Amino acid sequence: MSETDNVVLDVRGLTISLPEGAERAHAVEDVNFTIAENELLCIVGESGSGKSMTAHAIMGLLPAPHVKVADGEAILNGRDVFTRSEAEQRAMRGGDVGMIFQEPMTALNPLMRVGEQIDEALRAHADMDAARRRERVLELLAAVGLPDPESLRRSYPFRLSGGQRQRVMIAMALALEPRLLIADEPTTALDVTTQKQILELIQRMQRELGMAVMFITHDFGVVAEIADRVAVMQEGRCVEIGTADEVLNRPQHPYTRELIAAVPHYIEHRDAFNREGEPLLDAQNVRKVFSLGGGFLRRGRELVAADDVSLTIHPGETVGIVGESGSGKSTLGRCLLGLHRADGGQIVFDGTDLNRLGRRAFHPFRQRIQMVFQDPYASLNPRYKVGRIVAQGPLAFGTPRSEAYARARELLELVGLDASAAERFPHEFSGGQRQRISIARALALDPELLVADEPVSALDVSVQTQVLDLLDDIRHRLGLAMMFITHDLRVAAQVSDTIAVMQTGRIVEVGTSKEVFSNPQHPYTQELLAAIPGQNWEIPEDLRHLRAQRARTPRGADA
Amino acid sequence: MSREFWKAFARNRGAIIGLIILAGVVFLALFADLLYPTSPWDMVTRPFAPPLSAGTLMGSDTLGRDIASGIAHGARVSLLIGLTSTAAALLIGVTLGALAGFYGGRVDDAIMRFTELFQTIPNFVLAVMLVAIFTPSITSVTASIAIVSWPPLARLARGEFLSLRSREFVQAAITTGQSTPSIILREILPNSMSPIIVAASLTVATAILLESALSFLGLGDPNMMSWGYMIGASRTVMRQAWWMSFFPGVAILITVLAINLVGEGLNDALNPKLARKGKG
Repeated sequence: MSETDNVVLDVRGLTISLPEGAERAHAVEDVNFTIAENELLCIVGESGSGKSMTAHAIMGLLPAPHVKVADGEAILNGRDVFTRSEAEQRAMRGGDVGMIFQEPMTALNPLMRVGEQIDEALRAHADMDAARRRERVLELLAAVGLPDPESLRRSYPFRLSGGQRQRVMIAMALALEPRLLIADEPTTALDVTTQKQILELIQRMQRELGMAVMFITHDFGVVAEIADRVAVMQEGRCVEIGTADEVLNRPQHPYTRELIAAVPHYIEHRDAFNREGEPLLDAQNVRKVFSLGGGFLRRGRELVAADDVSLTIHPGETVGIVGESGSGKSTLGRCLLGLHRADGGQIVFDGTDLNRLGRRAFHPFRQRIQMVFQDPYASLNPRYKVGRIVAQGPLAFGTPRSEAYARARELLELVGLDASAAERFPHEFSGGQRQRISIARALALDPELLVADEPVSALDVSVQTQVLDLLDDIRHRLGLAMMFITHDLRVAAQVSDTIAVMQTGRIVEVGTSKEVFSNPQHPYTQELLAAIPGQNWEIPEDLRHLRAQRARTPRGADA
Repeated sequence: MSREFWKAFARNRGAIIGLIILAGVVFLALFADLLYPTSPWDMVTRPFAPPLSAGTLMGSDTLGRDIASGIAHGARVSLLIGLTSTAAALLIGVTLGALAGFYGGRVDDAIMRFTELFQTIPNFVLAVMLVAIFTPSITSVTASIAIVSWPPLARLARGEFLSLRSREFVQAAITTGQSTPSIILREILPNSMSPIIVAASLTVATAILLESALSFLGLGDPNMMSWGYMIGASRTVMRQAWWMSFFPGVAILITVLAINLVGEGLNDALNPKLARKGKG
């Protein structure tokens, strides 16, 4: 949109070298781009593509001496950033360039009041007296849309929500009205409704200050929402750069095309699910209350995680549970598995109320309900070989050792890994592969119901698609019922027959995937849908086709 | 796995030195009877012989007993008590800590209050009291050292179990129908061992110091020669015959230092994340 001459940052031939023995020689290789005033450049890529490295190099934040700029220049205000002295670089950081980080929970110093942290930047860079600085802090807090700046200035970060902290981070980054703002995945850790607000805020501040913004993200929805120009990175190289319209609607490079095709979206090809016969699982009025901070004698604060939740799952049906963090969706899943005991209500599985069963009586049902966990790095015991991990369920139920291990190998092949994976340790696998192992472990017991708790939220988009396809394929092949817990409506729409939307421990809307997506009834569902970034952007027709095709033909990919 | 372990361990030069010294002490303890076949209590030469005189290496004590022989035989007592009391402390501490961390809630409350009961009494005072009550013998000394050493290990094990308990692989073990003992012993325990092993190696050093201190006060096993006893017996003549307390003192210092160095090396090797910090 802006072909102005006011280029703020000009990166030429940037190459960053990695220490010897790393996966590749260069984290970033020969990257070129410019950002002009008033322009928002999105840098998109999967984890390990070097997008954050690029930002950190410009800020002088590379973990020296192992990782350093080997070649190239980044011209800011007419001078190369990399040749500046440490003192000049320090003056640049916070002065000419502001930065927002991904994790608002850890980016603020927990022991310093919010106001002091913003004040720090002003004290270091601007020549202002205390009264003037105080005024400016209040101004900034108000500008980023925080309520009651006067009292907020004096609060500690732990009192603030994730979205509020990110606003404080933005206020800090903008304290000196930088010419360039670098935002490194600033909304990835936030809920979708909060993400929307933060994106709007960044856009508004950009307009007001006429800044150049370098926005790093992995989410094409976000790109479609805010980008003027887009650069796509793959394994340290910039494979495609152009205006948002060009890259999003007419992508040229095969990698860009693959990424865009992998963006989760509602797929029409799914046949409507017919609910027939008795439900496999019938949860009635489930209630779960956690007491927090309780001690030996005193009672803690109570937190209602699930309140009067009723839900049915029929054999072969996939029910998507959608909600933001803290909505109680995981708690519900864990109640079904007996990891939490519900405080009230019934969870009837095939005629038996699971909630009333003791440990021993629950045992046989463990075989029939299985779970796939969120974090592929935490869900596999690092001390055991993959074969033992997959076989652990059958072994616990008395299957002979050789048989259990043979089955484990079969399952590893079923989920698209090589049978020889059984002899290796979990740390030798990537995130997507680990999630496949986790799925194989769940399938080892031939369950009837699979509870998948955010199984793809820790994975890159293209890997995400592969794992979703795998789950979809397996449940069709094995006739599994599935409860799919996710925060991402698009993902839910892609895999679910039925969607239940949860808000603060209650299910506010249940309907078929199509109904919920196209005609939401409850205001909260409408709000959630409206907050999905990049609504006005349609995935190009030819790529949609590619995706739908791939979903139907399962493949043993090397996720 | 084990090769990586040795590599990481060997990167810490202090740990290798510690290991060599420790091997020397173990050698001394194992072959004390061959090196000094006579009992260390026997008078073999004239009293108050300075080092390298009257056929002794390190001199003799007030009764003419060979100090070098005492040190060799004392190494046995020190190592024996250090290791067995630590093993006993581990057994008590890890068991209680594991149960507290795994079950949480009331079980945790009860066990941790019990642990605090022991922690509020100063270690040494409690050990002295216990040995005094049960009459000094190698068993009572070992037992009392174990009793004062387990609380920190229990707290550590509890912390590890508490955090591992909520990890997803443990939950996966629950959902795949593993029994509780199997979850505790086969899923959680192996993953919590590294910091516990490191802490235990340092507990050995403390146990040796405690034993020496008890013997110094005359509360050691009266039938066994020990470094602490040697120092205690010669403290009145320290000005006239420095060697009587100097050599056993050095023996204690070197052994404890060696164990600490090995413990640090173990820490580097077993907790690679911490080890990389500051060493690049």
